[in-house]
Amino acid sequence: MSVLVDANTRLLVQGITGKSGSFHASACKEYGTQVVAGVTPARGGEKFENTVPIFDTVSEAVAATRANASMIFVPPEFAGDAILEAADAGIQLIVAITEGIPVMDMMRVRHALEEYSCVLIGPNCPGIITPGACKIGIMPGYIHRPGNVGVVSRSGTLTYEAVWQITSQGLGQSTCIGVGGDPIHGLTLQKAVEYLHADPDTKAIVMIGEIGGSEEEEAAEYIQARVKKPVVSFIAGATAPPGRRMGHAGAIISGGQGTAQAKIEALQKAGVRMAKNLGEIGKEVAQALGK
Amino acid sequence: MNIHEYQARDLLSASGVAIPRGAVAKTPEEAEAIARSLPCNSFVVKAQVHAGGRGKGHFVDGYKSGVHLVKTPHQVRDVAQHMIGNTLITHQTGPEGKPVHSVLVGESTEIARELYLAIVLDRSSGCPVIVASQQGGMEIEAVAEKNPEAILREVIHPGLGLQPYQARKVSIFLGFPSTGLRAPCRLLHAAYRLFIEKDCSQVEINPLAVTKGGDVVALDAKLNFDDNALFRHKEIQDLQDPSQEDPRDLAAAEHHLNYIGLEGNIGCMVNGAGLAMATLDLIQAAGGKPANFLDVGGGASEAMITAAFRLLQADASVKAVFVNIFGGILKCDLLAQGMIAACKSNPPRVPIIVRLQGTNVEQGRKLLKESGLPLIPAEGLMEGAEKAVAAATGKKGK
Repeated sequence: MSVLVDANTRLLVQGITGKSGSFHASACKEYGTQVVAGVTPARGGEKFENTVPIFDTVSEAVAATRANASMIFVPPEFAGDAILEAADAGIQLIVAITEGIPVMDMMRVRHALEEYSCVLIGPNCPGIITPGACKIGIMPGYIHRPGNVGVVSRSGTLTYEAVWQITSQGLGQSTCIGVGGDPIHGLTLQKAVEYLHADPDTKAIVMIGEIGGSEEEEAAEYIQARVKKPVVSFIAGATAPPGRRMGHAGAIISGGQGTAQAKIEALQKAGVRMAKNLGEIGKEVAQALGK
Repeated sequence: MNIHEYQARDLLSASGVAIPRGAVAKTPEEAEAIARSLPCNSFVVKAQVHAGGRGKGHFVDGYKSGVHLVKTPHQVRDVAQHMIGNTLITHQTGPEGKPVHSVLVGESTEIARELYLAIVLDRSSGCPVIVASQQGGMEIEAVAEKNPEAILREVIHPGLGLQPYQARKVSIFLGFPSTGLRAPCRLLHAAYRLFIEKDCSQVEINPLAVTKGGDVVALDAKLNFDDNALFRHKEIQDLQDPSQEDPRDLAAAEHHLNYIGLEGNIGCMVNGAGLAMATLDLIQAAGGKPANFLDVGGGASEAMITAAFRLLQADASVKAVFVNIFGGILKCDLLAQGMIAACKSNPPRVPIIVRLQGTNVEQGRKLLKESGLPLIPAEGLMEGAEKAVAAATGKKGK
């Protein structure tokens, strides 16, 4: 078992002919992901690396290859459209890697997606990986190891740090999900925690948050009410100055809202084990699992 | 992205939001001429800088306040003379202040009521939300804290946009009589249109004034724009005023580096926004103060790393540099090559602490070791931060 993706996932890549799209499509394929199709308008009929068929539209690709997940590398100005195209073609899992999509576009896309049953991860995220089975995204595959720790995070590199520490403790991961750093995105921290909690192969959950918004607080409420598995957390930005966007479009303290302190307090209240600093996540997880 | 008050006025006015009469002046003579053209006998002169708190601020030469009320065009000229070319310090500018290159000269309005109106993005619902309060002229955060029921939050459906009933609801909450809703509703629709059309992240009108004559006008306004959407708004990009930005931020933007200048003395170079933020936390936990936030990105090129390094070296306040990299897509050996190239062309003047982890870490560490550069290696995160703090304070790292 795992969350959202496994060895049967059939991936198509929107923007497969671009620089990042082709690089990462290739890396996912190498990792063992079934990359079944690519989509780039006006490039239909070509083949990616002589094996993966490229289509003009997502619906053609789905009809021909039964793809059920999409990874999006389309440039920001067209990425909102690409997400909607994937949803409309019946794709069940949409992973939007693209960084820099206008907020107004994501606002409309998120509302439109309410009509569909699909799950959107991202945008501006590293993606999702079930180690040893399926990698959809830009994370370095080799740092992961199959295991029982579920990881969810708003930041790419912090996920890698956490994963690396978990692997270095001799442990492994069930599924790792990066929900992305934009203020408006698909899958929330809470929803990801719900998935990991429901997964019988996940024995402990690591949740990495950062300043801005209130998703950590919402997840904390859910954890307090429902989650029986041990949860370890780390929140970045405890010393970030208010009013400045810390790299991620969504990482900003505005009007006194979204501080790390408020998030840490909410999580502690929910019984979550807080890592003292970034370097302590692996150790906390090992302790939580009694290793 | 931020713009000046006078630019915000122009945008609001073009969208149909009423504003008091006035114009921007770059010289005292222009200021006087504008005042003479206004049919009124009291004027307001406001220093144009990208910061709030101007009224309570002061200039570097001791001249008080960035907002003056005067009676004659001659006095307007006098105030403008003091302000233009001067530097204004407010609680938002930092101790160095912001240069004033222009002033806004306007009619002083006789105000009956001061209201608050803003349109912002509500993250949890993913919708625009109108924030309204009858307690205008003060910071909305203070109102929210003391008197939350004095604030109305009206969520707008992004597909449908602002509906007439919502505009009426907000107007009534703001205390307009049911027979006098036309002017406030028209203003709300105009402000909402501006928010959507220009990809604003915030339209804040504070105060929104009801004049003694019964007009509804935006007395002061702040507009912010979504940086991600600037590609489709050249007209907004053109409003940028580099004199109001931190020169370090401008240099970083030129190289597409994600940089924020801070007040401390430890320069940071990190890949990934989350890790960069966590690195600032580590430095402070170790007892130091970071000089900047700098994310070179997941796929930084050698040229970007060189540029990032130059930027840190050029910052006189930097006493030590902490390079913290988790090599995912960005391979550690590539990073090492970039650092070596940068150090060769621009020999380091401060100690550099390097913590590398991830893809090709052994090759990266080896390259750095063999480079002969005076770099201080660290393996652990906290270890790196502690070494950086020790180096910045002049103590020898272990």
